[in-house]
Amino acid sequence: MPELAPEKQKLPPDHPGFEVEEKVSSPWLEAWKSFKKNKLAITGAVIVLLFILMALLADFIAPYGMNEQSLADKNLAPSSEHWFGTDDFGRDILSRVIFGARISLWVGFFAVLGSAVVGSLLGIIAGYFGRWVDTIISRIFDIMLAFPSILLAIAVVAVLGPSLRNALIAIAIINIPNFGRLVRSRVLSVKEEEYIMSAKAIGMSNGRILFSHVLPNSIAPIIVQGTLAIATAIIEAAALGFLGLGAQPPQPEWGKMLADSRQYIIQAPWTVFFPGLAIMLTVLGFNLMGDGLRDALDPRMKN
Amino acid sequence: MTEKLLEVQDLKKYFPIKGGILGRQVGQVKAINGVSFYINKGETLGLVGESGCGKSTTGRSLLRLIEPTEGTITFDGKEVTSLSGREMRKMRRDMQMVFQDPFASLNPRHTVERIIEEPMIVHKMGTSAERKKRVRELLEVVGLNSYHAKRYAHQFSGGQRQRIGIARALAVKPKLIIADEPVSALDVSIQSQVLNLLEDLQNEFNLTYLFIAHDLSVVKHISDRVGVMYLGQLVELTESDKLYANPKHPYTRALLSAVPIADPEFEQERIVLRGDVPSPSNPPKGCPFHTRCPEAMDICKSVNPAFREDDEGHYVACHLYDEDK
Repeated sequence: MPELAPEKQKLPPDHPGFEVEEKVSSPWLEAWKSFKKNKLAITGAVIVLLFILMALLADFIAPYGMNEQSLADKNLAPSSEHWFGTDDFGRDILSRVIFGARISLWVGFFAVLGSAVVGSLLGIIAGYFGRWVDTIISRIFDIMLAFPSILLAIAVVAVLGPSLRNALIAIAIINIPNFGRLVRSRVLSVKEEEYIMSAKAIGMSNGRILFSHVLPNSIAPIIVQGTLAIATAIIEAAALGFLGLGAQPPQPEWGKMLADSRQYIIQAPWTVFFPGLAIMLTVLGFNLMGDGLRDALDPRMKN
Repeated sequence: MTEKLLEVQDLKKYFPIKGGILGRQVGQVKAINGVSFYINKGETLGLVGESGCGKSTTGRSLLRLIEPTEGTITFDGKEVTSLSGREMRKMRRDMQMVFQDPFASLNPRHTVERIIEEPMIVHKMGTSAERKKRVRELLEVVGLNSYHAKRYAHQFSGGQRQRIGIARALAVKPKLIIADEPVSALDVSIQSQVLNLLEDLQNEFNLTYLFIAHDLSVVKHISDRVGVMYLGQLVELTESDKLYANPKHPYTRALLSAVPIADPEFEQERIVLRGDVPSPSNPPKGCPFHTRCPEAMDICKSVNPAFREDDEGHYVACHLYDEDK
């Protein structure tokens, strides 16, 4: 008699087919699938990817050196020679924008990485151990959040001295409470899940529970927050650069380029337009990608 | 045969109620208020009671997932309540737990293989290959297929997830399994399958169960002895046949009268309890049940009846059975 149901047979453990495994989708794969369907998110990811490629390959694709001056060619309008025109030192704006991607992405990525690591650690400690540890850490976060972040960054740079590296440190510091609070709340909710109770019932130690159950279940919101935070960090870096507290001349930092060219905004608008456009596009890219990631990774959206 | 595996003496758990700006303790919830029982090796003790009577808290206190306030727990000749954190974690190898909610008790980010393997890793059992082989054997034992190992929990139905939870509990070859309402979240048609599985496993591996439930018919099906809890106290405990045939405590009688019987001709007199369960933060003086008891006497309002043996092996806490009466 033929089998009606295509059920797989039960195989004894010594049977050769016993180890046969079927392909199943992991939560990450599912997230990727839903991310792929989101056109806006993919657009964002493509923009981000283009800027990353631009930053990596700057030496090869930039038509001129980033600090190559030609004082005879001051403030030239866009042409086939200089696609984005030149600035008041006769430097090619396209090349500077390309090299600027390196600086902005570098600042954005490492500032966020630093604040994510420190913030997550503090958040985990606060959330898991609670009591007075939580009170102290949370109050410090509250105090930091009570300052306008750019003011706090200016204060930090004022103490450390203006430079690109110090701007990065300042941006990292002001973003710590965002990650800290996010992770703390996540830990608080995960901690009450029944699988944490069952992990305890198994006989697992606190450290193992923290790193094999609590943290993996908190990583998705950290990634989302991280992507969005890179966008903010890039703006903050540009703002500090504009104020002269970040990148120092002649570094081709986008914010700094805006500041240096703003007196020519009428005669040579391209000197401000293109760096501004670059900032806007990267930030837009990261924001679109971050929103897409949130939709894809948010467990509440799953069935 | 009748060797005691677990003995609980006068277990109490009071949760503090904090209030005010300073977080001072303004009261306490007496979730368990002096519970004593034992479980023999290889038997199943059922624990029934309505929501909030402290049965789950009792189960969790045994594993010290919730630290008991008072009382002693002796497991396999060892005093559990005085163990250090490290010793307690080792002890949990012998006492495993099956949880009520099969959706919440499995980590959504782990594969079934990882879930079942984890207790073995924690207790350092076998090599990686041996553990993986055992995971597949366990899956077959609980009625799933070994090729399910690489799947994630959300790809299973409730009944299958509960089987995974049972496989996880079995992984470390425990002596006692505390089943905290293991079937109440499942469809009725699935309940009996899981109950039968639990019974089969008991016979196969010589397991001892503490079976917590609020459904009397489920408990009757699986238990050798049954304890009835009300407001943090055991009111009656005996062999399940005796309990169902000859309930002594008025609360047990009321509960049993509420169990539907599949016979339309059968006219049963239902004992309807009036009023609500009193708050465990402010339990009534005397017998906790006297506010709703149809047979309450004067003494019930002032003296909490002792939990004693009335007939052989039939324990009851009720003044109706006082010796001098």
